[in-house]
Amino acid sequence: MKLTIGAICGPAGSKANRTGSWRSYRPILHPETCTDCGLCATFCPDSCVFPQGEAYCIDYTYCKGCGICAEECPSGAIKMIVEEK
Amino acid sequence: MSAKLIKEREPELLAPGHRACPGCGTAIAVRLILKATGRDVILVSPTGCLETFASRYLESPWEVPWMHPLFENAAAVASGIEAALRVKGSSTKVVVIAGDGGTFDIGMGGLSGMFERGQDILYICYDNEAYMNTGVQRSASTPYLASTTTSPHGRRAWGEDRPKKDMPAIAAAHGIPYVATASLAYPQDLINKIKKALSIKGPKYIQIDCPCNIGWGFPESKTIEMARLAAQTGLTPLFEMENGQVTKVRKIKDRKPVEEYLEAQSRFRHLFQREGGAGQIAKIQAIADANARRYGLDS
Amino acid sequence: MKLHETKGQRAVMEGSWAVAQAVARCRPGVISAYPITPQTHIVEYLAQLVADGDLAAEYLRVDSEFSAASAVYGASGAGVRAYTASSSQGLLLMTEVLYNMAGTRLPVVISAANRTLSAPISIQPDQQDTISLRDSGIIQLYVEDSQEAHDAHIQAFRIAEDPEILLPVMVCMDGWLITHTFEPVEVATQEAVDAFLPPFKPLHSLDPACPLTFGSFTDDDKLMEFRYMVHQAQQKAKLRIEEAARAFEQSFGRYYGGLIEAYRTEGAEILILAMGTMVGTIKEAIDQMRGAGHKVGLIKIRSYRPFPAESLRELTQSAKAVAVLDNNISLGAFGALAADVALCLANQIRRPAILPCIIGLGGREITIDSIKSIVERAHQVAEGGAPPADSFWVDLRPELL
Repeated sequence: MKLTIGAICGPAGSKANRTGSWRSYRPILHPETCTDCGLCATFCPDSCVFPQGEAYCIDYTYCKGCGICAEECPSGAIKMIVEEK
Repeated sequence: MSAKLIKEREPELLAPGHRACPGCGTAIAVRLILKATGRDVILVSPTGCLETFASRYLESPWEVPWMHPLFENAAAVASGIEAALRVKGSSTKVVVIAGDGGTFDIGMGGLSGMFERGQDILYICYDNEAYMNTGVQRSASTPYLASTTTSPHGRRAWGEDRPKKDMPAIAAAHGIPYVATASLAYPQDLINKIKKALSIKGPKYIQIDCPCNIGWGFPESKTIEMARLAAQTGLTPLFEMENGQVTKVRKIKDRKPVEEYLEAQSRFRHLFQREGGAGQIAKIQAIADANARRYGLDS
Repeated sequence: MKLHETKGQRAVMEGSWAVAQAVARCRPGVISAYPITPQTHIVEYLAQLVADGDLAAEYLRVDSEFSAASAVYGASGAGVRAYTASSSQGLLLMTEVLYNMAGTRLPVVISAANRTLSAPISIQPDQQDTISLRDSGIIQLYVEDSQEAHDAHIQAFRIAEDPEILLPVMVCMDGWLITHTFEPVEVATQEAVDAFLPPFKPLHSLDPACPLTFGSFTDDDKLMEFRYMVHQAQQKAKLRIEEAARAFEQSFGRYYGGLIEAYRTEGAEILILAMGTMVGTIKEAIDQMRGAGHKVGLIKIRSYRPFPAESLRELTQSAKAVAVLDNNISLGAFGALAADVALCLANQIRRPAILPCIIGLGGREITIDSIKSIVERAHQVAEGGAPPADSFWVDLRPELL
């Protein structure tokens, strides 16, 4: 790997950094309770929640387990459970 | 509740894998900012939390052009970029995303110059109310009586002894066309304000309250809740100013007492544990009341 | 003031006007500067050219030198040719940005109207200001007169923008002695400059079509290599500086030296090393001394960074003593040029004695007699006299101390 001039680099290299390993808790989304409001996806600091069908899905590769999605979900569709290592 | 902002899996212009702390308010703010700007933007950020978590060499999360120069010169660098884009005949927007340290303190001179030159730049301050990246030292944005590592409460001190610098007023005093404050708790409002700002020619200033769970001392899942409480107590008034006049205010129904906000954060916990704390809390309530009067917050 | 179209003709003009015209003809897209004596006339002339429509550039009037340097940093990052100018305190205020510029490999050209540093405050010239930037990675050329100042700016853009160099280039010229002095100068035509200097083609720039991240942070496993890359670019610049000077000679008929100029060095027993306008005085002094039979010569240092170590080793081999004239001082130690020369020659088998001299600080006049006194001292050192314990402070006024 050769260094680039001026330490300038290309986009989205961060995807190689799997921040999912940081988790102590993981969110579980229950689609049956989900009202499809989308607040979880809006508020995720790590862009880890995305729409799927009429509910939402979590990208566990990067999810740091902060729990904002569970906290903000108005219908209680997201629960935080202990991350099993 | 606001309408769905993310309707389908759309490309994220701030890619995952960045090194923000879990629950980082600034990361949320940046995602929302990028939803408003889209791809046709050049971003500049000074040294700070955002720069640190979003620029490890070869691990950049940015899907748009982004430049980190130094700590004090984001506004001046953005000025040069804006001038260069005029030379190239480009309509790409120039947006600064800077922390409170780089805005209220060390970047003030250059920022004032950018405002004064009337350049077409949107300057957004992600305000986490201290120098968080370097370990929670106070900035001119740190609210009155907050405990930080350089304004700690102690036997002879109650924490930060100066009120929060009124940057929106300072920005407006330059005669710039648009100034606004925004909150993570109202994401659609934040996006609307950014889009409105981008539609106006000239310098614009938007300050976003970005709660920091590490620096303020609250559980990482409560970031949005803290932003909500800050707004609902009147401590973070949400308003727009156009050409120096307040034109829109987010009114508060049943304004909450500041205690509910303060007791949820360890940076204010000393106010509840020490003798005389109640008297100090009353001073913070007075700040909230003054905001409410000044901006007509109570509905 | 109209841009001169006077091919093949010299006209008497202020040095600042010569520089402004050279810069204007290099077609900078963004200019930004903050006033400080004695740089002011350069940036005022450029402002007038823009105001009259003779120069199509965006001219940013900024709040400080820090912002001026930052603005051209941003403009260069956005892929546009950019220029700034400063002196003295202004250069120090720009320092952080200039280091950043070199590390980010942005090819900005900077005019430095040399002026001494506070405290005490003085607006008189010496090279303390630019010398204090010598570690930054910026290429530094020191010019001897207004014509060279004009010529060097045109070469500077070409050197800076070379894809194997991509470093800021600073053209250093003595404040007042060049900037405010009226001399005959031949100003290049736009056509000739366009032929010599093609449009700027950035290697990398801020562009949504190809999003890049500038200003990443790096760890201990890579920083040394990033520094080494700049150091390598500086070494490569030694070739490019000479090439640009020779190419300029081809196109414009003038050559002021590449990395150095060797003036009457053949068979010299005593060599003088110097930079800046004092070179003109030294050449006069040498002509007089050679006329009287003294074997004395001058090595004009034109490129101070990169440091012309190879040329110096070659040219100083047979000399008995080298008087290094520093128009600066690293207080508590030596002049910068003397320190660099000493290390450069330290391991040579045949090397001259070194007489480090501090001269002309804060505009103290440098006369032919000053030079002759230096040569005399150099002879003493060459003939086995006690090596100097400290630098020879030329024309110091002991009665004030």
